[in-house]
Amino acid sequence: MTSTDQQTFLSVRDLKVHFSTEDGVVKAVDGLSFDLAKGKTLGIVGESGSGKSVTNLTILGLHDRDRTAIDGEILLDGKDLLTSTERELERLRGNKMSMIFQDALASLSPYHTIGTQIGETYRKHTGASKKEARARAIEMLRRVGIPQPDMRVDDYPHQFSGGMRQRAMIAMALVCDPELLIADEPTTALDVTVQAQIMDLLKDLQQEFGTAIIFITHDLGVIADIADDVLVMYGGRCVERGTKEEVLRTPQHPYTLGLLSSMPSLEGPVDVPLNPIPGSPPSLLNPPSGCRFHPRCTFTEKVAGGLCSTEQPLLDLIDGRGSACHLSLEQRAEFFADVAASRHN
Amino acid sequence: MSDTTPLLDVSGLTKHFPIRGGFPFPRTIGAVQAVDGLDFQVATGESLGLVGESGCGKSTTGRLITRLLEPTAGKISYRGQDITHAGRKRLAPIRSEIQMIFQDPYASLNPRQTVGKIIAGPMEINDINPAGGREKRVRELLEIVGLNPEHYNRFPHEFSGGQRQRIGVARALALEPKLIVADEPVSALDVSIQAQVVNLLQKVQQELGIAFVFIAHDLAVVRHFSQRVAVMYLGKIVEIADRDDLYGNPRHPYTRALLSAVPEATADETPARERIRLVGDVPSPISPPSGCRFRTRCWKATDKCASEAPPLVQVEGNKPGHLTACHYPETAETVPSPRLAKDPEAAA
Repeated sequence: MTSTDQQTFLSVRDLKVHFSTEDGVVKAVDGLSFDLAKGKTLGIVGESGSGKSVTNLTILGLHDRDRTAIDGEILLDGKDLLTSTERELERLRGNKMSMIFQDALASLSPYHTIGTQIGETYRKHTGASKKEARARAIEMLRRVGIPQPDMRVDDYPHQFSGGMRQRAMIAMALVCDPELLIADEPTTALDVTVQAQIMDLLKDLQQEFGTAIIFITHDLGVIADIADDVLVMYGGRCVERGTKEEVLRTPQHPYTLGLLSSMPSLEGPVDVPLNPIPGSPPSLLNPPSGCRFHPRCTFTEKVAGGLCSTEQPLLDLIDGRGSACHLSLEQRAEFFADVAASRHN
Repeated sequence: MSDTTPLLDVSGLTKHFPIRGGFPFPRTIGAVQAVDGLDFQVATGESLGLVGESGCGKSTTGRLITRLLEPTAGKISYRGQDITHAGRKRLAPIRSEIQMIFQDPYASLNPRQTVGKIIAGPMEINDINPAGGREKRVRELLEIVGLNPEHYNRFPHEFSGGQRQRIGVARALALEPKLIVADEPVSALDVSIQAQVVNLLQKVQQELGIAFVFIAHDLAVVRHFSQRVAVMYLGKIVEIADRDDLYGNPRHPYTRALLSAVPEATADETPARERIRLVGDVPSPISPPSGCRFRTRCWKATDKCASEAPPLVQVEGNKPGHLTACHYPETAETVPSPRLAKDPEAAA
């Protein structure tokens, strides 16, 4: 990873999250590891059910403890979050680590003013008075670009537009200057012009405070805009990791390649069919054997001995760059070149 | 544009939703001007894309065309016939020729009906008995949309999101329509599945010669699917053109800003990645700005923009059929590349 020279702030090691449901055990996350340094952004890409949101709820300790079996290690600034008590986590949440969600309206309380909700976190962690908290809330609203913050602080969420709600939620998440911010599809529900505003805002705030950001999205365009490093998840596992440039320019995993070539673009050729990935994402109740992508992969027959359906490929990392695939790197260079030629970048 | 009568001809189409309030005798106190004076045509077999941000009226337009909503003003002609206020009876034969595909593949299929019954539904309603029976036709349709005909007796919950959307497409095709209004047909699907459904729709459009009104907010998807594209902002069409003209030579500042805001999955740090930063939000359609509705967010706006609404015309330098509603259209010289940004502060 490009950030090896910097101090690792968050470290996730071999994380496994399994839920028990009526139908059986769901292996939502199955052996995930990554590191994140301060001031850096890790983009996590994956489709619905790939385990990207579960990973981050687990980091924050927001999972249902009775139904979830967790294995592995999550170190935040050297402290293991998985062995921490609920009280210890409460002290960290909102203070040291924070999260913004996709649906801002559902994440804000309709009965309290924006100012109260931003101030609440601040008061809880700093013991500030109501007056101080209100001043802080106004300052935060100004920082995220809400016009007339001293008036809008007394508004209720329904009086804000979608983009403003998302800004208010960012203000709430950043009110205690957290060192880790987890953003779970924060722009998916927004229009492109507002999405652009929010991403610029996140980048500015990161520069100012050196926050480490985990940015979860399904949109590779957003990744290209905001991430330093990228982790591609499929079926609860990491299939590819690397810097943004490496992953987008020279993808090593057939799934990443498939995602990139299935996206329509503003500049590529038109009047030719898109290249979709066949099939649909796997059920994690009963995931495919071996490589979880093999039922949808077009290269399985190129691997000798049917290895793809019997053996799980290991994530082969050198300096934070690598992928989990049975094809040799030479094979991939050869096969992927044709697909890349039909793409435009 | 064909030289004969267009399949669909819309002029001055307007929809205002009244807002009622007051106690104890509620009365109309205002109106949401969802759609305000649209003019466009769709030729036989053509695909028109409608793009714009949420609240711009694109879905309302789709519902007006299919006559699910009653227009406040304006005229809708289908194959030369005025259907603006046509009643149930007169609409019946036309309804079978205009079909709709919805955004949410979960909400748009009845969970208690089998796939066979869902797809046969339109035939039942219109009392159509194809040769060989309805079941045979349904199996054909399933085959066309890439589903297994043996799944005739399954229920919607047994299918994934992408497969459900295929069922929705099959239902829309059941009556051999001439026009399909597709309202955000792929935006609820995963990226890898989106391409499958876009390809299916494209195949259907080309092989069966069906005209489409394709409503979407994703500019890249629209570019891929539509021959002509209309950009909407706050209930008005601000620009309409052939696909290549619109994406290659956008003249309206809003079109330009919209295009520049789309994040592209490339790792290149070229100037093309710079954006036009639009400030603020879309104003409320209850009291839209006077004159040009985009002026409150436009970096070029002058007093003229506030007093005079720009007409949708072929401004100088546009190819025929390329219409722009702007007093100060962008030119190729001011912005050399369509994706190259202008700094709003510097221009102001």
